[in-house]
Amino acid sequence: MSDIVNVKGLRVTARNDMGEEVPIVHGADFSIKRGEVLALIGESGSGKSTIALALMGYARSGCRLAGGSVTVAGNSMLALGERQLAGLRGRTVAYIAQSAAASFNPSRCLMDQVIESALIHKLMPRAVAEAKAVELFRALALPDPERIGRRYPHQVSGGQLQRLMAAMALITDPDLVILDEPTTALDVTTQIEVLRAFKKVVQERGSTAVYVSHDLAVVAQMADRIVVLRDGAIQETGMTAQILSAPAHPYTKSLLAAIAPKQRQSAGVDARKAAAQPLLEVRGLYASYGAAKGSAPVKCVLDDINLVIPRGATIGVIGESGSGKTTLARTIAGMVAPSAGEILLDGKRLAPTLEGRTREQFRRIQFVFQNADTALNPLHTIERILGRPLEFYHGMKGAARRKRVLDLLDLVRLPAAVADRLPGELSGGQKQRINLARALAAQPDLILCDEVTSALDTVVGAAILDLMAELRKELNVSYVFISHDISTVRAICDEIVVLYSGRKVEARKREALALPPFHPYSNLLISSVPALRRGWLEEVEGRNPAALPPLRQAEQARGICAFLDRCPLRVDGMCNTMPPPRQQLADGGSILCHHNESDLRAAQMPLRVVEGDVA
Amino acid sequence: MNPSLSEVRRKPRRRVPLAGLVGAFIVVFWLVMAVAGPWLAAHDAGGVASDAVFAPMSAQYPLGTDYLGRDMLSRILNGAPYTIGVALAAVLVASVGGTTLAMFAAAAGGWFDAIVSRVVDTMLSIPHKLLALIIVAAFGSSVPFLILTAGIGYMPGAFRIARALAVNVQAMDYVQAARARGEGLLYITCREMLPNMLRPVLADFGLRFLFIVLLLSGLSFLGLGVQPPAADWGSLVRENIIGLSEGAPAVIVPAIAIATLTIGVNMAIDGFAGRKRRGNGV
Repeated sequence: MSDIVNVKGLRVTARNDMGEEVPIVHGADFSIKRGEVLALIGESGSGKSTIALALMGYARSGCRLAGGSVTVAGNSMLALGERQLAGLRGRTVAYIAQSAAASFNPSRCLMDQVIESALIHKLMPRAVAEAKAVELFRALALPDPERIGRRYPHQVSGGQLQRLMAAMALITDPDLVILDEPTTALDVTTQIEVLRAFKKVVQERGSTAVYVSHDLAVVAQMADRIVVLRDGAIQETGMTAQILSAPAHPYTKSLLAAIAPKQRQSAGVDARKAAAQPLLEVRGLYASYGAAKGSAPVKCVLDDINLVIPRGATIGVIGESGSGKTTLARTIAGMVAPSAGEILLDGKRLAPTLEGRTREQFRRIQFVFQNADTALNPLHTIERILGRPLEFYHGMKGAARRKRVLDLLDLVRLPAAVADRLPGELSGGQKQRINLARALAAQPDLILCDEVTSALDTVVGAAILDLMAELRKELNVSYVFISHDISTVRAICDEIVVLYSGRKVEARKREALALPPFHPYSNLLISSVPALRRGWLEEVEGRNPAALPPLRQAEQARGICAFLDRCPLRVDGMCNTMPPPRQQLADGGSILCHHNESDLRAAQMPLRVVEGDVA
Repeated sequence: MNPSLSEVRRKPRRRVPLAGLVGAFIVVFWLVMAVAGPWLAAHDAGGVASDAVFAPMSAQYPLGTDYLGRDMLSRILNGAPYTIGVALAAVLVASVGGTTLAMFAAAAGGWFDAIVSRVVDTMLSIPHKLLALIIVAAFGSSVPFLILTAGIGYMPGAFRIARALAVNVQAMDYVQAARARGEGLLYITCREMLPNMLRPVLADFGLRFLFIVLLLSGLSFLGLGVQPPAADWGSLVRENIIGLSEGAPAVIVPAIAIATLTIGVNMAIDGFAGRKRRGNGV
């Protein structure tokens, strides 16, 4: 029998608030051959993680493995007791969790944790296990493989930690490895490195793996076969190429459609309006954390940001985590005081903090938080949440207010019955709509959207983007749209600003961001977004990021390019000694780089192949 | 997970657990007694009713008699306003004062928070009983001073707990959203923050009530609480402590009264404050 995993009629039930057993996985059937990588894909709540955990004979608290059979390497996982399962977990089946940071013990060194399962199962003596771990570190392209094991979890980056977790799982040479959304929490530029390492290790060792993800493009790189799940039932199973190119099930088609975002037409800020005074202008904005006492170093989060937002326009701000994009929005909203620079609304200077702003200024700039779960008071009804800004800014009361609340619900395509519910009774997408409606209630001129679709499933996120684009046409509001996802930003924004460690490295019109020249960082960002076809990962691998031009270790001058350490186009003697100039491009954009337009274009042109069309 | 359709159709309210109902019944009973007790009492608080000292329970004296031959039931009913009333007033001073101060300290932050927190830390370093003894020694023992003594003594603890909660809640996005909307401090604290910290604060209120009952009983036991011939339940225990060797009900009955009150309050708070509406993640 070549099937290493065989799942038949697996049913899992969960106990709900009323103490009833509700099925969350209804009869899953699939099998995995030795050396095969199977992907489980679906939205949140589709049961993909539940099924993956069932492969270890484990059910989350409140859940029960109710029926069916799960056979892994000849062991019937549902029939075994806890003690026997403990003997298999970590040895026959290993698990790589989504958040490596939460899975490592912060007070023990990495090596101890990586080889722990080999020692627990008494597979090899400590010295052999450590040697094997170093070998795995090398295979996973971790820096300094000999010594990284002596570090502690907080001393390595998130992407490295995720790879160390893979080493932890592979140390026992398990028959089956379960990867549960291992790259979801990572930036795209980090994700690509981790994926590359995973793929290499899996191929070299011929491991059998289950890859759980919501991201079809990532799965396309990793999996041989894909199982599409929805609401705990298998919709479609097929080879990766078939699922991507000829999906049979309508749900799979809708997933594919949501991933390739259609270009929403720009609202077409007409020239006459744009020429007039811009709605909001940010001039020379600096923000820093930490007390600036004397010459003590402060953490500079925003570094000389200039931004002009015309009325009715959508400005996209992208960058990886830590690039300062959220701080920028918070500074505009007045929640973080800038250390220098000014923000002008209709040409009038805004107070740096909340205290100095008028209610009218508050009304005109609204902030939509990333996470609708925490942005809505769990004890206020929807009517109260939406009614408060109406009362606060527009003095609406009683029936008029109620009517306007219902109008707003209608505006964000929610039924009127929602008004009397609490946020906890709504789904994630519904909550995000309420979050947006609350901002709209103020009838603002500018809405600051902080990663509003990041926490949502692709299909739901696409619906929110559609809604925002429609509302812009109806209400003529401006958006500042913050995201780490360049395809989302490109789908909705007129102008795109790329932030890197607090600096505006590039500002472009949306159309312009489809073709070089790019800032080297934008180029990395754009080419790191997984394309929805097989073989993409190998193509990108052609450009080895390890081969950066060498630098003589000159002392780091102040104000030099922050991207220096990762830049494939850096030039010794120039990039590490002088601050880069801001170059105005012919199409109206600007790039913060030493290289001129034609140099950048020449260096980046061949990479167009990466963009490719969607399979 | 998405709320399934069946959940949307019927909207069941979780019922109050039995323990909560029992607790509520006990609390209501004692609250009524705190008001009506003295009128219901068959005998005067100080009136010696019987020749028999430490008499057992009988039809005439349902809870026996005390060391002077006074009716225990009447003594307890007369003591209820002192024990419950004084403790309730004191806990209101402690919890309302502490929570209000804590919310404003957390929401305002900066120097106000720093000063209040340090003052409270200083107060926390003084043992309650010692503080109470000093105040009683300095100002004498009267009901208003007892209330203030217990209230101020237990306020720092209430402040600490409420501030820890408030700091967490005020970092939540919905509070930030209210700030970004331009809301005032009063709205943010009372409407956005308070409802989300009420459950733990109420649980703390109940616990603090019990501590105060015990503190007052302790003071009375030492003879520094409510002065004779009036007596709260703590004094009743002390007065009759010699009856312990005789197995007289006069010792155990006030102790049982204190116990039922404390357990009842705890059960009620667990039952009601612990209840949450389905679906919210608090």
